[in-house]
Amino acid sequence: MCLAIPGKIVELDSQNVNHAVIDVAGVRRRVDLGLLQDEPPVLGDWVLIHVGFAMSKISEADALDQMQTLRMLGEAEAAVQEVRGYGLESEEQDQSGPRPKQ
Amino acid sequence: MKYVDEFRAPELIAKAGEEIRRLADPNRHYRIMEVCGGHTHAIYRFGLKDLLPSNVELIHGPGCPVCVLPMGRIDDGLSLAAQPDFIFAAFGDMMRVPGTHGSPLEYKARGMDVRIVYSPADALKLARNNPEKHVMFFAIGFETTAPSTALTLMRAKAEGLRNFSVFCNHVTIIPAIRAILDSPDMCLDGFVGPGHVSTVIGCRPYEWIAQDAGRPVIVSGFEPLDILQSIVMLLRQLGKGEAKVENQYKRVVPWEGNRAALRAMAEVFELRPYFEWRGLGSISQSALKIRAEYAEWDAEQRFSVPGVRVTDPKAAQCGEVLKGVLKPAQCKLFGRECTPEQPVGALMVSSEGSCAAHYNYEHRKPVTIASATAI
Repeated sequence: MCLAIPGKIVELDSQNVNHAVIDVAGVRRRVDLGLLQDEPPVLGDWVLIHVGFAMSKISEADALDQMQTLRMLGEAEAAVQEVRGYGLESEEQDQSGPRPKQ
Repeated sequence: MKYVDEFRAPELIAKAGEEIRRLADPNRHYRIMEVCGGHTHAIYRFGLKDLLPSNVELIHGPGCPVCVLPMGRIDDGLSLAAQPDFIFAAFGDMMRVPGTHGSPLEYKARGMDVRIVYSPADALKLARNNPEKHVMFFAIGFETTAPSTALTLMRAKAEGLRNFSVFCNHVTIIPAIRAILDSPDMCLDGFVGPGHVSTVIGCRPYEWIAQDAGRPVIVSGFEPLDILQSIVMLLRQLGKGEAKVENQYKRVVPWEGNRAALRAMAEVFELRPYFEWRGLGSISQSALKIRAEYAEWDAEQRFSVPGVRVTDPKAAQCGEVLKGVLKPAQCKLFGRECTPEQPVGALMVSSEGSCAAHYNYEHRKPVTIASATAI
């Protein structure tokens, strides 16, 4: 819950400005961008995610460092598991890219 | 040498350790509190204590939301979930936290519909997917998670989704620091400030700690080097007799915080007059409640809540540990009745709780940077 998970924005949702697909260590899930509305991120930006919401924009180098920190803390797996869980999706749907729009 | 190779810039870490030893006045004992549970975990995990001289002591603060939640709130939340056609949704961290009659996970085993969600947005999705049921999200956390709950409630209201509510346990960090500073048995020299809470609230809310309470605050990142640099910055200030707020984690934390997140919180929440914290007691204006405009989505305004108050198990000394008066291993139950597998107190449940961190890293001590570089 308190993990800040670094992810790269790989798809923006043209239907909903508050949604984007992020990639975290190969797992792609939709997150909410509503808390970054003052400076909306663009495709390719890196963000720190808390509980399914992007909370801050960071540089790529800092994102990679953050992932390394999670790894060193033994939390990388928990972080990826958290991302897998976003959208109530199961593990089987991994690696399949963004899920279909509702 | 398990961890040492993975560290970024081990030579800088060694240098920071040297600098700390150089700056620490041998005639003085320093008590520094790291407020955030994430920092507590990192300090134990990386064995940073071993890099510090014995007169620089780290005190673990109240920044683990699972740990400070009183048992009565868990009982209240679970009692609501006993209603028919009701889904109790919470983060995984909550699932093993003991209530009087068991943890959410044990309630699930008894047949209650308890779901783990990783985001409040997913609790909302559960409500959309289960229109015949009521979904209550049991919200916990400091300012890192509160804005997400706020935005989720704004979305629920905009959609007019009436089978969704939030049982709000969000707390705010500043009043807890104030309570600790006011506590007569607590003498602290300075604070390592929380990194991710500060991405939301910024650095300004800590200024009174420096100006009025005369204690320096360094907002810090989570890497070993970040934490050590923050201690260096604290010792420099203390050596000069200064007390300022400094931002070591500039690469992530803007001084003004995240305004959009603060707006969402202000739209949905107001301060409770007081709130009970495990170990710290009742602290005025230390928690968030849902505003009347969102009453329909507030489980406490919508349902009748028993308002259970439970004292912690007598033998467990969570309060003293939480305030830093006792070390985890000094609690009578530590490592015997209370373990991460069978937790009695909440500090043993979360990986950010100081008891679980102490148990996992001091009992089964891994090779740390200090011991590895000494080889």
